[in-house]
Amino acid sequence: MPRLVSHPEEVKIVTRRFGQGAAQIERYIALGGYTAAQKCLSEGPEWIIEEMKASNLRGRGGAGFPTGLKWSFVPKQSAKPKYVLVNGDESEPGTCKDHLIFLHDPHSVIEGTIIAGLAIGAKTGFIYLRGEYRYLLEIMEKAVAEAYAKGFLGKNIFGTQTEFQIITQSGAGAYEVGEESALMESVEGKRGVPRIKPPFPAVVGLYGGPTVINNAETIATVPHVISMGAAAYAAVGSQRNGGTRLFGLSGHVERPGVYELPMGYNLKKMIYDVGGGVRGGRGLKAVVPGGCSTPCLLPDEIDIGMDFDQVGKAGSMLGSGGVVVIDDQTCIVEFALRTISFYQHESCGWCIPCREGTDWLKKSLTRFHAGYGEKKDIDQIQYLAENMMGRTFCPLGDAAAMPILGFVKKFRQEFEDHLHGKPCPFAKHVDLAVV
Amino acid sequence: MNFETMSLFSPKLAARFDALVLKYPVRRSALVPMLLYAQDEIGYLSDAVIAEVAERIGITQLDVRNVATYYSMLRFKPAGRYNVQVCTNISCMLRGAYDVYERFQEELGIGHKGVTADGLFSLEEVECIGACCWAPAIQVNYEFHDELNAEHVPGILAGYRGKAGVPSDGSSSLGWKAQAEAKVPHA
Repeated sequence: MPRLVSHPEEVKIVTRRFGQGAAQIERYIALGGYTAAQKCLSEGPEWIIEEMKASNLRGRGGAGFPTGLKWSFVPKQSAKPKYVLVNGDESEPGTCKDHLIFLHDPHSVIEGTIIAGLAIGAKTGFIYLRGEYRYLLEIMEKAVAEAYAKGFLGKNIFGTQTEFQIITQSGAGAYEVGEESALMESVEGKRGVPRIKPPFPAVVGLYGGPTVINNAETIATVPHVISMGAAAYAAVGSQRNGGTRLFGLSGHVERPGVYELPMGYNLKKMIYDVGGGVRGGRGLKAVVPGGCSTPCLLPDEIDIGMDFDQVGKAGSMLGSGGVVVIDDQTCIVEFALRTISFYQHESCGWCIPCREGTDWLKKSLTRFHAGYGEKKDIDQIQYLAENMMGRTFCPLGDAAAMPILGFVKKFRQEFEDHLHGKPCPFAKHVDLAVV
Repeated sequence: MNFETMSLFSPKLAARFDALVLKYPVRRSALVPMLLYAQDEIGYLSDAVIAEVAERIGITQLDVRNVATYYSMLRFKPAGRYNVQVCTNISCMLRGAYDVYERFQEELGIGHKGVTADGLFSLEEVECIGACCWAPAIQVNYEFHDELNAEHVPGILAGYRGKAGVPSDGSSSLGWKAQAEAKVPHA
């Protein structure tokens, strides 16, 4: 059972019902649940979208697109049915926040899905969970059944003339399905290969109908935005970055865990105060700020606010909020190798720069780490990664290239220390069986 | 063979599939979960499983295979009764996942995607399973075990041997094997 953590600096909005039995509908209602959906039913779609825009809530999946704006792109009139699709494929290494949401507060996901549906005029919502999350899917399915039994889902939700249905769906193991167009392909029963954009899902999405796709954390946040009011929610965060974020502290940190902190919270404080610093009192070597796809930051680069804009300015990305702390005893070449091995395994092979690039990078880094690298390989690795960027249908190619570029640029000396004849200074090994 | 007269799946799962194909706007949307649920019951996606799923959805077997080969959890040969999946991705790696993985290899005497001779366990090195803050983590079938170190490994294996009714030293597992061989398709 995943351990819940707590810290006085936390601002508990999305996590406020965690550990309180809110997976049971009666408990969820007793804790103020399903009032936001009823408020939205009486206020109407335009009001909902204005509230979402005013809240400055931005997509928690990684891209940080403003949620209200995304919803406003869906055409009011549509010949084809419209859909809400909740992305619970959570697979970005370093990220496990949705795991806790599904476990402790599944009804917040249902309520958020209803509200998104009301906002765009959809009658059906899909909640997609990665295949590995079977026990969480069962919790989610039980919650959906409870909501149907209460009349909160169905033909006449909350006793009104409005219909809203929720369908839960399981994946079967694929990182790439976390990308929105690949996710739609998977829901349609196909290989999770990305679609070309445009058209964007808001216009042509699931089964060809206009579709809003939101991360599970974003959706779980929506009822709280409605309940506390957009202005109050926005005030918690930083400029243009409303509210809180579920930051997952992992790696060499003293107190790993998922902490809910205001957007813009200082990264250094997050690691040293909230997380208790680097494990065993060791020195800090690097931080991966937003899941495995985001370029690392050096110890002198972490005195920044954790929101989409400030981390972007620092040359990385806030991504999924998965903060991975790396201590000074870690071999960066090994870390880079494990990172690229993941992308090589997960690349669907549709786009050549990603398929060939990840494979070539993995081979180069394997050779490098084994001590058979040559000096020209360092530039070659950088050249390869640079040429993957922006040349693929979906962002997986970028996600693979960005961290590698970061490691090569920021730790060039460490790569040089691995050149032929010099064993790895950290004397570890990676036996990469994953194929 | 027609799945309506003779199905590979238990009556419960067959009924679930009957409902699943009607749940979505198109039948085909049931495909990915259906393959996983079929695998949970049968153990892997055999030719017969693929044929029946194709028939139930109304697509070709080739189409089913085309989709099935994309998803990493789906397999085409049997795994152990307990499939041990060790995450070695970055957050787990930093906290000793390779020590855990190596210990499993030693204890079971198998490597990546290997199956023990008695068919009780299989082992896999897997990518991130979404338990990064409780690393290192593994899944045995769908069950999570987190905050592990190598010392936990024998106890975890003993726990599953106990569940299967096998002596903790693993000396005799005929009970399980005989069970597996006796398993016949449901009429």
